[in-house]
Amino acid sequence: MFSYIVKRLLWTIPTIFGVTLLVFSMVHLTPGDPAVALLGDKANKQSIADLRAQLGLDKPLYEQYFIYIKNLSHGDFGKSANSNEEVMTEFKDRFPATVELSLVAMFFAVFLGIGAGIISAVKRYSIFDYGSMFGALAGVSMPVFWLGLVLIYFFSVKLGWLPVAGRLGYEFDIDHVTGFYLIDSLLTDNIPAFWDALRHLILPAIALGTIPMAIIARMTRSSMIEVMKEEYIKTARAKGCSRFQVIFIHALRNAMMPVVTIIGLMLGSLFAGAILTETTFSWPGIGKWLVNAVYQRDFPVIQSTTLIIAIIFIIVNLIVDLLYAFINPKIRLN
Amino acid sequence: MENFLDFIKQYKKNRAAVVGFVVVVIILSMAIFAPYMTPYMPDSQNLADRLIPPMWDAKGVSSHVLGTDDFGRDLLTRIIFGSRISLMVGAISVGVSLSFGLVMGIVAAYFGGKTDLFIMRIVDIMLSIPAILLAIVIVSILGPSLSSAMTAIGIVGIPTYARIVRSSVLAEREKEYVIASRINGSSNMRLMFAVILPNCASPIIVQATMGFASAVLEAAGLSFLGLGAQPPTPEWGAMLSDSLQFITTASWMIFYPGVAIFLTVLSFNLMGDGLMDVLDLKLKDK
Repeated sequence: MFSYIVKRLLWTIPTIFGVTLLVFSMVHLTPGDPAVALLGDKANKQSIADLRAQLGLDKPLYEQYFIYIKNLSHGDFGKSANSNEEVMTEFKDRFPATVELSLVAMFFAVFLGIGAGIISAVKRYSIFDYGSMFGALAGVSMPVFWLGLVLIYFFSVKLGWLPVAGRLGYEFDIDHVTGFYLIDSLLTDNIPAFWDALRHLILPAIALGTIPMAIIARMTRSSMIEVMKEEYIKTARAKGCSRFQVIFIHALRNAMMPVVTIIGLMLGSLFAGAILTETTFSWPGIGKWLVNAVYQRDFPVIQSTTLIIAIIFIIVNLIVDLLYAFINPKIRLN
Repeated sequence: MENFLDFIKQYKKNRAAVVGFVVVVIILSMAIFAPYMTPYMPDSQNLADRLIPPMWDAKGVSSHVLGTDDFGRDLLTRIIFGSRISLMVGAISVGVSLSFGLVMGIVAAYFGGKTDLFIMRIVDIMLSIPAILLAIVIVSILGPSLSSAMTAIGIVGIPTYARIVRSSVLAEREKEYVIASRINGSSNMRLMFAVILPNCASPIIVQATMGFASAVLEAAGLSFLGLGAQPPTPEWGAMLSDSLQFITTASWMIFYPGVAIFLTVLSFNLMGDGLMDVLDLKLKDK
């Protein structure tokens, strides 16, 4: 177990270096001179040369890479070419919005996905099973941005129940403590703002949570069906356990292992969905910021955001792997 | 031939997969016969006819079945022509992912050792960045366009194919027929591509079918973000992006391009599911 953890931890180092190399080479792979791209075609030679010196582009490539790594190790991710603000500051401003949306979406997905998966497995080949499994397949095939648009049309435009876009109504103001509006509004006892923030969250969270929900439902169903065939389930039944006990205590616990792993690994697809959902709902998070940076060819922002998200992704995968090794006795005891 | 008939018989048992296949054939015919199916061109504008609702609406007209957009272009025509773009994106992206992934996977598994380690490290690094993020990075390097989006989606798909090919080649590598062929004096190239590869076809076919679905979805996503197909290209995702500003006034512009994406992706997924059942693969829910 110990050697597994050490090995797994050591493997993350070359991966992270690989990602820095990829992100670093981005600017150098782009056709044309980055300094010209930043200043525009009409800039004079002197200012281009000055900017090249300022950005360190006049140095050899390997030296540029070392400077880049050195800066990163000091937490210096550079400045946005567009706003001239520190990239890290802007990232920190927007990151909680994306995390809050993703967590609420995940909560929705886990709750409904596991529920639908259990019912489908227990009532196999019933109308509910066919319906929810078709729903699960449909969910995987659904363009998340389109689902968002359809939800906006029905619930905001037609019925007027929920807001069309944004994170909070203009009439509300929340003091920043954690950056999560739901928590901050409760901490500062601002109940009307809490409700407004929640109303803004519902539609984007449903749109973002649908694909993970579909995957979790399919996974739970197949895992439950496998487990229900096991001998110990027969034993539990023979002992006279109630249906409820058999399903929720004996079967579900054992069926959850692959489901828990898949939930951890779904972070990537959740983030992908977040970029599209944020654009649909004008949600002020990382995704929308990144897309705007691509429009404006703001390379420091694109580079740093990619790097930070990749590192978060690597760390989460690492945690999931280690947790899995810990809860799975087959790996733990080896 | 007998094998093929047996395959058809097995495939037909899965009704959803048959529906998927039929829809794929319909979309394919739409793409091939697009100019003969509609009297309009996808980018011919007619401002006098702008924002006409579908024909079943009170204000609708029968000459524009699904209505028109903000430039007076016929929506049905644009959706029909859009199928060409989506199928092309799917085919090219899968082609890029498949050709590179295949070579990487087969070389890694066949030679093993340091070659395997090196190739799989690259694969791990690529997989450590969420697919859409990597696609956005590649598009930002190449500049937003349909061909950049196709390249990006193709590159992003490489590691998945590399892994699948690698694991199936690993399973085949030590089998007797391979050893026999090696003893007969087959070269490495022949062993890899003519002897082993044909026996690894099943998982690759399934992955390519499913990969087609996700390529269509990802391309629509990139175009929706404005990073893929540019106006006036009748791409479904780009059409949805245009419709955002008309959500309160012209809701039909939102629905139908989305339905087209959804049906295409769903039918390829259903087909992939059916193929998986027939080829008896344990890839489900991966």
